[in-house]
Amino acid sequence: MPLKQFGRELLVIDVLAPSDTVRSSGARHENAPHLSEVYPPGAPQLRQASHRDVLRIFSVVAAVVTLLLLGGVVVFLAIEGAPALAGTSENLPAGASSIWALAGPLLFGSLWASALAIAVAAPLGIGVALFSVLVMRGALGRWLGTAIDVLAAVPSVVYGLWGLMVVAPQTVRIYNWLATHLGWIPFFAGQPSTTGRTICTAALVLAIMILPIVSSVSREAIRLVPSSSIEGAQALGATRQEMIRRVVLPEARSGIMAGIMLALGRALGETMAVAMVLSATPFLVSFRLLSSQNPGTVAAYIAQNYPEAHGLEVNALVWLGLLLFAVTFVVSFFARLVVRRSSGGSR
Amino acid sequence: MLHIAKRRTVADRVFTGGLIACGVLAIVPLISVVWTTLSRGSERLDIDFFTQSMRGITGAGGGALHAIMGTLLITASATLIAVPIAFGTALWLTEYAASTTSPAVKALARTVRGVIDVLAGIPSIVAGLFMYAVIALTLGPGYRSGFAGAVALALIMIPVVERSGEEVLARVPAELKEAGLALGAPQWSVILRVVLPTALPGLVSALLLGISRIIGETAPLLLVAGFTDSMNYNLSAGRMISLPVYVYSQWQNKGVDAQAYDARAWSAALVLLAGVLLLHGLAGLVIRLQRQNRQVRRARR
Repeated sequence: MPLKQFGRELLVIDVLAPSDTVRSSGARHENAPHLSEVYPPGAPQLRQASHRDVLRIFSVVAAVVTLLLLGGVVVFLAIEGAPALAGTSENLPAGASSIWALAGPLLFGSLWASALAIAVAAPLGIGVALFSVLVMRGALGRWLGTAIDVLAAVPSVVYGLWGLMVVAPQTVRIYNWLATHLGWIPFFAGQPSTTGRTICTAALVLAIMILPIVSSVSREAIRLVPSSSIEGAQALGATRQEMIRRVVLPEARSGIMAGIMLALGRALGETMAVAMVLSATPFLVSFRLLSSQNPGTVAAYIAQNYPEAHGLEVNALVWLGLLLFAVTFVVSFFARLVVRRSSGGSR
Repeated sequence: MLHIAKRRTVADRVFTGGLIACGVLAIVPLISVVWTTLSRGSERLDIDFFTQSMRGITGAGGGALHAIMGTLLITASATLIAVPIAFGTALWLTEYAASTTSPAVKALARTVRGVIDVLAGIPSIVAGLFMYAVIALTLGPGYRSGFAGAVALALIMIPVVERSGEEVLARVPAELKEAGLALGAPQWSVILRVVLPTALPGLVSALLLGISRIIGETAPLLLVAGFTDSMNYNLSAGRMISLPVYVYSQWQNKGVDAQAYDARAWSAALVLLAGVLLLHGLAGLVIRLQRQNRQVRRARR
């Protein structure tokens, strides 16, 4: 190719090559002719330079590795977990009759603990977001936002220690009070735990861990509500409560939902804090909040039983991990569906 | 008329009061966590803690040097694995895939984005189990090493760093790139000399946040790096403990003198918390410095 001898020409041609150029900006004027119309693609000499683009090759390889990672996770977990499907009460953990008898109650426990955590964290997180954007405008509100974000940075073992040694002992008296005075409500029935290591405590710790996710995503969604809408409502004489209920929340709904779903996924997968705080009973399915007999969660069960597991028990734990992954995947899938539908509905 | 107005005012007051209560209530656990960790962690934060391992220690004394070294080694190698993949993918999505019209490449880019979303949702313990499965099927189920832990952590780190990296790269003004291209520079040169330098502070902060995300991870390391009481500088063989696993094992496997074990656990928690907050602070600082720089430059013009 004669082009190779003329570096300058090569550069010029590179600029004109349809694959690599101005299209990347996205800022092209709509009426302007596209480069591919002026220089139709397919003229071979125009593509010279891109073959030597090491950076492009590197980035393509990275993207492909990312793709393969997900496939690898699913394949390896499935291969290593599958033997547990044939397990019996002889060789499965805790003498379970089948892997599903083990997994069912644990999946229930994961969903129940996460639902409780969301029930606490969602109203609180949205409240914090509204407070820091609409009530405490300015520096103090920003400071509060940063402080809540620090909660997200605290490692989960630290939450585990804290929940175990600070929250659990503190809650025992509250649980006793609830059990004596509100024991007629099925959730609070039965003898309350004396250690405080109940599913209620675990859910509270989980709620604090996911609070920053709910509040930071909600905060962004609330900030995106056009100030003209807010000012319009205020000009019509709406009080702050009316303005938030009628204007801000409907506008920010899809963003807030996204935050809650993200937090739910996080709560489902949380391992160490639950493993340390919750004292779980195998095979238990119960809605009681304060009892010393609590359902376990999948993630915590894996972490607690892995060190002593051997043989097929380990395969069973791997299969549980695959199930947990499937559940979080379904949750995030529905999350995206919900977000898409609610953002489509409001428009 | 009047009582309607009154009801509205009361509703507004109650609502605002509720929001203020939310703000206060959310701060309480933060203060409690930080205060407890500080007060109980400072008890054993002595020189021994930073200069000794737990080898041969069954009661009071000992330290966490082996865990601190393990954390540094594992986190550094996880970062080395994750960063090229994460930034490479981000670069491909924002620069190369965005500038093509080929439907196949566009579809691939959509798939990669979807995969990253799914990867970001992987519970950390599942990342650990994945690594265990890889080990069990290749090297045998008994193999434990710091490097295996690092790969598991890299899996968690890649989507975090990729997402924020992508966001940063996408924010590089198109005018700058176009100016470079219009001067006749090929795309790789525009990326290396225009896009990356412009995005550098953002990329650094994405990196720091990614590190702070994995440095506190316990579950995956518990599965594939295991725990030990001794020093281990060899990433490729032998059990290697990290600070979060140290916290867990001190609490879990208490010896006779339970107090000493709890005190060590809290001290390790304090070191860990300080490290994570430092990383967060640094990430914020990098971004703020860049913003100031830009304002200064704008003012000079």
